[in-house]
Amino acid sequence: MKEMHAVLAIASRDVLKLLRDRSRLVFSFVFPIIFIGLMGGTLQANLGRAAGFNFIGFIFTGVLAMTLFQSSAQGLLSLLEDRENDFAQEMFVAPVSRYSIIFGKIAGETGVSLFQAIPMVLMAALFRVPLTPFQVLLMVPAAIIACLLGGAFGVAVMSLLGSQRAAQQIIPFLIFPQFFLAGIFNPIKILPWYLAPLSLISPLRYAVDLLRGILYAGTPEYDKIVLFSPATNLVVMAALFAGLMVVGTVAFVRSETSR
Amino acid sequence: MARMIEVRDLVKRYKKADRNAVDGVSFEVGAGEFFALLGPNGAGKTTTISILTTTLRPSAGSVVIDGRDAVRDPAGVRARVGIIFQQHSLDLNLSGEENVRFHAILYGLYPYRPFFRAMPRAYREQLRDLAGVLGLEAEIFKPVKKLSGGMKRKLEIIRGLMHRPRVLFLDEPTAGLDAASRRNLWAYLRDVRAAYDITIFLTTHYLEEAEAADRICILDQGRVVSIGTPEQIKADLLDEFLLLDARDRQALHRELDALGLHVAESGPFKVDLNGHSAQEVISSLRTPLTLLRTSSPSLEDAYLKIVGSSMEAMA
Repeated sequence: MKEMHAVLAIASRDVLKLLRDRSRLVFSFVFPIIFIGLMGGTLQANLGRAAGFNFIGFIFTGVLAMTLFQSSAQGLLSLLEDRENDFAQEMFVAPVSRYSIIFGKIAGETGVSLFQAIPMVLMAALFRVPLTPFQVLLMVPAAIIACLLGGAFGVAVMSLLGSQRAAQQIIPFLIFPQFFLAGIFNPIKILPWYLAPLSLISPLRYAVDLLRGILYAGTPEYDKIVLFSPATNLVVMAALFAGLMVVGTVAFVRSETSR
Repeated sequence: MARMIEVRDLVKRYKKADRNAVDGVSFEVGAGEFFALLGPNGAGKTTTISILTTTLRPSAGSVVIDGRDAVRDPAGVRARVGIIFQQHSLDLNLSGEENVRFHAILYGLYPYRPFFRAMPRAYREQLRDLAGVLGLEAEIFKPVKKLSGGMKRKLEIIRGLMHRPRVLFLDEPTAGLDAASRRNLWAYLRDVRAAYDITIFLTTHYLEEAEAADRICILDQGRVVSIGTPEQIKADLLDEFLLLDARDRQALHRELDALGLHVAESGPFKVDLNGHSAQEVISSLRTPLTLLRTSSPSLEDAYLKIVGSSMEAMA
């Protein structure tokens, strides 16, 4: 009970931080305009017919998964920032389980990421992505799963890298390639042999594919776009989540006291 | 006096370090005592306080606080101590009260509520009491960003006292404060101690700050150099001596030898008094003196002498 309140307090702090950061809020509205509106719009106009599917929907699901995953992963790294700003000291000397701190942090960053998803869905509706209310509803749990996976990825990266400086330098190399390996903007139905295994180990790929499975379900394009069945994606994500969490939390707890 | 903190043969060597940051430190702190750990930068003060507050694991030795072992039962120790860190550890995005509330919930004192007014009455009263003792009633609801350095320190102390700790640790609490805020800090620490009957453990590298403590432990290069009340430390550290010289140095040397005062072969002679009074020495000398000077350095001089070697090494 006590731990649950601690998790709630840690999580709500992150959401409160977002709501008080005006420039971050503005950015979360501008970002989807750029990607879904500008990028999706131009790709749809030029390649949509040739590809034979709705390119804006394709970009929307990709960018949505990317944002949720990346925002959660990066949010977790703020634990390192906190550590260097010395706020984390306050958290780490509290008589609360280290697991609660990490869960609270993941819960908070999930909340923050979901908040940023709202303008994206609005943008998708504006650009006539064929979305039924039922599909939007189905996307909510899928989005939460994407956030949790991103959070676990963030925990693992944070624990293994140790300092914010190292993390900031290395994170782009771990996330940027995933944009292409997971097929955020580019179809990856066909991949050259040397990229196929890399794509399979990209956690983001499964989050994207799950969202696309929902958007394109029952459409003729489904087979052209969706790679695995939603069930397969869910199983892989659950396994990845568990693995990353265990590695990350153990390493994190250990690195904290034994310097 | 009951024992509140017990440190035995504490050793800490950081990974990849070639010497121990803390090298066999032992001391005890009684309940209700105001204890100061004094030493130059790099003496091992922050390392020691980090181990005592469970954020760092020792390489060897034991730490027991209020009956709880810091290595085996860190959560037990954490619940019993309040900590004011060297750097401010407040969340600048929150108000003062929100920072305190976050702490109170994390320490399991109250359930989570999103607003101050939704918090239990006991919390609201406790917060008002503490803000009253520290004179921060007017600012407690303001964003932390808008508070001065001195106010932030007060806020941290309020926060650190919410869970009614037995010991309040302060790691160089005056760092970054102006002179007035510094003086204030000592005044309200005294008030806090009187009001809450709490043990205070602080580190500092300023001698004049340590002098206000009941007991001082001087640390240098990871070892305890001296420990005791400020008066004991003074007696311990101050070496009073006479500087003597005579035209007939050999005669003077013989006389000093006969008195059991051993000095170097060549003059002028530095005579350590070691408990003798200057009067006693001089009155028993017959050789005509050409130089007579007494020297009793201040506590400051003594401290600087102790830490001088490591300060030079740092520079």
